[in-house]
This record gives sequence, structure tokens and C-alpha cells, in this order.
Amino acid sequence: MKTFCHCNNHYGLENSSIILFMQNIQRNCGYLPEDELKRLADNTGTPLMDIYSIATFYKSFKLEPQGEHTITVCTGTACHLRGSGEVFEEMAAVLGVGSGGGTSEDGKYTLEKVNCLGACALAPLIVIDGHYHGNVTPGKAREMIEEHYK
Amino acid sequence: MNALGLLRDVKELKRLKSELKKEKREKFVSVCGDTGCSVWDSKKVDEVFRRVLEEKGLSEEIPVKSTGCLGFCECGPVVIVFPEEIFYQKVNEEDVEEIVEETVVKGKVVERLLYHDPREDKKIVKASDIPFYKKQVRNLLGDNWLIDPGSIVDYFSREGYAAAAKAFTEMSPEEVINEIKEARLRGRGGAGFPTGVKWEECFTKNVENKYIICNADEGDPGAFMDRSILEGNPHSVLEGMMIGGYATGSNHGIVYIREEYPTALEKVKNAILKARETGMLGENILNSGFDFDITVSVGAGAFVCGETSALVNSIEGKVGEPRQKPPHLAEKGLYGKPTVVNNVETLANVPRIIRWGAEEFARAGSKNSGGTKIFSLVGKIRNTGLVEVPLGLPLREIIYEIGGGIKGGGHLKAVQTGGPSGGCLPGYMLDIPTDFEELDAAGSMMGSGGMIVMDYGTCMVEFSRYFLSFLSGESCGKCFSCREGIYRMLEIVEEVAAGTATLSHLDLLEELGEMVKNTTMCGLGKTSANPVLSTLKFFKGEYLAHIMENRCPAGVCRALVTVFINQELCSGCGVCRKKCPEEAITGEKKEPHYIEKALCSKCGICIESCPEEAITRA
Ligand SMILES: Cc1cc2nc3c(=O)[nH]c(=O)nc-3n(C[C@H](O)[C@H](O)[C@H](O)COP(=O)(O)O)c2cc1C
Ligand code: FES
Repeated sequence: MKTFCHCNNHYGLENSSIILFMQNIQRNCGYLPEDELKRLADNTGTPLMDIYSIATFYKSFKLEPQGEHTITVCTGTACHLRGSGEVFEEMAAVLGVGSGGGTSEDGKYTLEKVNCLGACALAPLIVIDGHYHGNVTPGKAREMIEEHYK
Repeated sequence: MNALGLLRDVKELKRLKSELKKEKREKFVSVCGDTGCSVWDSKKVDEVFRRVLEEKGLSEEIPVKSTGCLGFCECGPVVIVFPEEIFYQKVNEEDVEEIVEETVVKGKVVERLLYHDPREDKKIVKASDIPFYKKQVRNLLGDNWLIDPGSIVDYFSREGYAAAAKAFTEMSPEEVINEIKEARLRGRGGAGFPTGVKWEECFTKNVENKYIICNADEGDPGAFMDRSILEGNPHSVLEGMMIGGYATGSNHGIVYIREEYPTALEKVKNAILKARETGMLGENILNSGFDFDITVSVGAGAFVCGETSALVNSIEGKVGEPRQKPPHLAEKGLYGKPTVVNNVETLANVPRIIRWGAEEFARAGSKNSGGTKIFSLVGKIRNTGLVEVPLGLPLREIIYEIGGGIKGGGHLKAVQTGGPSGGCLPGYMLDIPTDFEELDAAGSMMGSGGMIVMDYGTCMVEFSRYFLSFLSGESCGKCFSCREGIYRMLEIVEEVAAGTATLSHLDLLEELGEMVKNTTMCGLGKTSANPVLSTLKFFKGEYLAHIMENRCPAGVCRALVTVFINQELCSGCGVCRKKCPEEAITGEKKEPHYIEKALCSKCGICIESCPEEAITRA
């Protein structure tokens, strides 16, 4: 299909930009490894500094390797009102990561926050490896992880 | 229906539609396949329905539709059986066989799965008789339960792309713009700017390449209207963009969608491909001489990218910082070309305006703005979900008649609209109509449609702390007053919550709020003080209780509350003792337990685990 845009800055369905390339790298590697970013800089002629400023500006980009499993706690307004803050704290305590989240020492879990997953009716919501769990409480959260660890 | 071919002109489109009318099936089953219901395993329910119908040899006759959000998320997974429109709630796999056997085959109702109306204490059969739906005007969401978002055929059979055909072949761009103006359509993304005026501005620019962008960044945490439209009826948004493209003279549309919405992204991509296959996108659409195509761009997790100029920077592959305006995007937008940015819901309204005519469309709505608005009703409300009402309906009717009042029978303390940019209104102001001007005047704003209901268990100090911490994390940092000002406000509110603030802090907070409002560049900073200023205005008593009495009236702020066990209610079962991660609870079996204050982290696990509800935080 021919497209009518003068910039031709897209192929197929997706608008192409440095951000798209970075998203693809992250999808493949799980994070943005330094080597890959250097290669991207060389290939696109973009200064590495610009690439890093994009990587640190957007929250979804990760510069560190992630744990085997990802646990995302929604801290959007609806979830917050129904106690997602406590759920997050409890998870952080169980996994031994800091109050801002992070990866557990054994490299098994990465705990992170997200602003709203758009299923606010089921607040508080957590996602473990892409599976959504609704109406979570700190106690249930602890049980889920302990169950996983067994 | 065979595979669809390319539709070359309006005649072919009309022929297809009349064929579809003949083939139309009255009987079908809609299973909510939206992200919300899928948390409750609606996918399994959907699969089992297909399997059971297949086994009974009914799958040809009675299709199963995996639909977008049906609105009543509280009752998920939701299943509706047509043509009778029988509404079943909380359906699980085991119920499917019975529904097929009784309802689909014999036409009988399965009582046990019906919705029970707590007010009238009776069961309700028909979806549209449920009070939650009855008061709504579901112009946009109504189609969600009738169509499968993955099927362009379903969209065609609901008058799909008729508006685009009409606009391209019977109307001039000016006429389209006039129709939109007369419909009094205002942007649903937050600012409420008249859409017709915005389009006209772009139309008058005599430049070769222009862009129309659909803003599907939906940054307001706690709102999901746009996601539901994209997942439930993606073609309506594409059609709106096409018409917008025609009216503004642009041939390229871009949907900017946030990456937290993987399902919506997939549905939109699929819809674009289907539209290209049928010739609804491409060159010389329906032989009208108009070319238009749509691509997508995926966000990378930054709230400020919902702001139009930051969004444009993000599509260009830059850091998502807002640009200085003027020049406005209508002059110099994406890649320096005239650009229009519209919200998802705004665009979804467009085909209806063209199809129905402005007058009919604006019949719902208020003096200044026509049509309906979708709100995402969440928080301490009985019926959480999406509600679509005519603009101007008072808050009270939305919360009590549609929302069913406060969850758990408590009392309403405040309602927050407008997300992080909006304000909190107290219970006595509920008669305000939901209208852009009225909400602004009251110190809140319409925003994109988040509506958060709070009861007396919510602390307003903590609530404004939440928004400030959200905004301080999301400020792009370009303006000093936003970057530092929000952070300073946050520090002060944290001190209030910790009980270490003094009265003079409140004056400083107000002053800072006004300063940030007046000295920042984009909407994020300009509105960032709203949550604080509105709670200070309407709930000053709560701030004072924290400061003067070291007391959190709602029992929320950790530093000021204690967790204790009511000795009279405690049965000594020992559940809390076992669950406590800090080992702070002691007591003999069958004897009342107590909490060692020094060890307690106030996490609340004991509260949720106590079968006697004997533990409280106050
Ligand atoms: C910080 C900030 C975030 C915003 N986020 C969104 C958003 O997520 N979705 C949206 O449609 N509009 C958002 N807006 C509003 C847009 O700037 C813009 O007004 C809107 O997309 C225009 O479309 P409309 O006229 O159809 O409403 C945001 C504005 C600001 C200042
Ligand atoms: S606030 Fe958590 S899903 Fe929306």
C-alpha cells in the first residue's frame, strides 16, 4: 500500500522513529543494553547523548536487566484509593527491594509501578507476567509471592 | 458472509449494506472481552460458549461476539443474550452450558445469574431495565454490546462508514466543519475546545501536507473511556479521523496510543488493516478523489505526552517536552506541518454528527456543548464502570441513580473530576451540572472524564499528596516553576500528613499553588495546583486537624494513626498473630490479642485478615 505522507517516516503500520527502534530493542532484550544503544547511535547517526536523554525521559525504558518475572502494581488513582500503596509496600518488603521498586537480589522478580492499566473497576490491580489480578490486598499479595517462590 | 473485497464506490458500499441487512442475525451472544472482564477470566467463558454451541451444531446460527467494554465492570464477566437482551452477571465457565441449554435453546431465563437490584430488591432480566443503564444515553457505548470489534462487517452493519461516504461525496469540507460547529462538539480530551473551530483553523492553511492525530494517550490515572472505545469500537474512531482528515485537508492520520494498552493497540492495528483491505483507507476512497491513510505510534510512558505539542515531539522521536506556543500546531505541528490533535472520544462522536445531523446530535447535551460524555466512575462507589450521559446532567444523578450510591452504605465526602488537573468538590455541591463552564467555575474541571468518588474513609490531605507526587514525577522539568514548585508543594503536604507542619505552611502552600499556576508553560503545570487548592478551599478543616490536633480524621495518614484490636470483639482465633509480618501481635489462644505499638508497621494485613472485624486503624 502506498502512503501519502511526504515524510515517509513510517512503514506498514507503525510510525518509525528512534523511539520505535528503542522499543523494539527492549522487546527483544528485555532492557536497553549499552552496546545496542551505541549501535543504534552509529546506525542512525543520532548522538548517543540524545538516545540516553530519550531513554531516561520515558518511563517504560529500562537501562538495567530485569528479573525473570515482572510484577507491576497499578498506582493509579482508583487503585490508590483502594489501597494499592499498601500492596506495593508489602510486595517491596517481601521481595526485599526498595520503596521505589526494583529487582530482587536473586534476580527472580522485578517490582514496578504503573499509572493506571485501565481496569480501574477491579482496583487495586496487579499484573504478574502479563496476567491481571484484581481486588488485591496486602495479605493476598504476600500469599501470591510466597506461592510463587515455593 | 464471504470475505470482503474492495469497495470501490458508494454504490458498492450500499449494496454490501443491504446484503448485510438480509443476512442479519437477531440471535447472538455477547461476551465482554474487555481488559476489565478478562481479569475475571471472561476469555474462558467466551471459549466455552463457542465450544458448547459448536457441539450443539448451533455455532452457525448463533454467533458469539467477544465485545468491548459493556460498562458495568462491577458485575463482570458480563454476558448478554440477544435478541431478548438478557443480562447475566458474574458468569463463569460452569454456567455456560446452562445458559445455552435454557436461554439460547429454550428461551428461558436463568434466574440465578440475573442482576439483583438492591434498591427494589428484585431481579432484572433486560439489560436496559437495569438502573445503571436506564439513565444513561449510550450513543457511543451502546454499539459496544452489538458488535465484535474485530469485525469490520459488524461495523458496516451498524451504519459504519456511511458518514464518511456521505461527507466525501455529498459535502464540502466547509460543510462538514459547519455541521461539527452546529453540533456544538467540544473536545473530550480535557480542554473542551470547540472541534469545528480547531478544524477550520487547520483547513484554512494552504499547505500541502497536514496531519490529524488521535490522542489515545489517556494519561489520567483512574480513567479508561478512551481505552474502551478503542477496544470496543475502533472503526468509529478511524471513521472520525477520516472525516477530520477530509475537513482539514490532511491525508495522513496517526493514532498515538499509550503502551500500557496492548489490547487496544492490537485492535486498532487490526481495524486499520481491515479498513485498508476494504478500501475505506487508501487512495481515492469510494471513488471520491480523497486519499487517506492511518498509522500508529506507541507512547513510552510519559503523562506529559498527552499534551498536544509534547505528543507531537514524541511522535517525531524526541523527548516529550511541550513546545512554546505560538506557533500553534495548526500552523506548525508535526514535522513543521499544520496538525490537528483530537481526543479518541471526540473523534468517535464525529460519524454520528454527520449521519444524524447536528440538530439531532445536539439534542442531548447542554446549552454550550452538544452530545454525551463518558465518565469512568470509580472509587468508593457501588456500581463502578463506564457511564455515558448527556452533558449537563447533575453529578448527583450520576453518582446516586446510575452509580447506586456509596459502596458499603457510607456517606459521600467528595467527588473528584478532571484527574490530576481537576479538583475535589464536596457533597453539598453535587447539584452542579457536568458541563465545562460549570465545573470550572466550581473550582474543578471536566477533564477527560475520570470521576472519583470518595467517602469518609478517604483523607483529603493524603489525596492531594497523591496527585502532587504523581505530578512531580511526571513534570518534564522544562519550566523551573513546575519542576520545583510542585515538588515544594509536595514536601509541604507531606509535612502536613506527618503532623509536623505549622499553620503558616498552609499560606505558603496557597501562595505556591498560585505561583505555579501563573508561571508555567503547559497545561500540566497550569493545573497542577488544582487538587491542593480545591481541597484547601473545601476541606480546610482536615488540614487543620492534622496540624493542630495531630489527628487524621479519616484514619489514613500513617504517622498519625494507630492500629488496635477491640478487646471486646476479639475472639482470640490467632489469625492476625500468624499473618502479622512484623510479629507485633501477641496473645493466648481464645484470649483477646493485642498489638505491640513499637513493632507495628501499620500495614493493615491484620485488619483484612480478622474474621471478627475487631481490628481498626484510627
Ligand atoms: C499534561 C496533559 C496531559 C494530557 N493528556 C491527555 C490525554 O491523555 N488524552 C487526551 O485526549 N488529551 C490529553 N490532554 C489534552 C490535550 O492537550 C488536548 O487538549 C486534547 O488532546 C485535544 O483534543 P480534543 O480537542 O479532542 O479534546 C492533556 C493535556 C495536558 C496538559
Ligand atoms: S487506577 Fe489502577 S487500573 Fe486504573
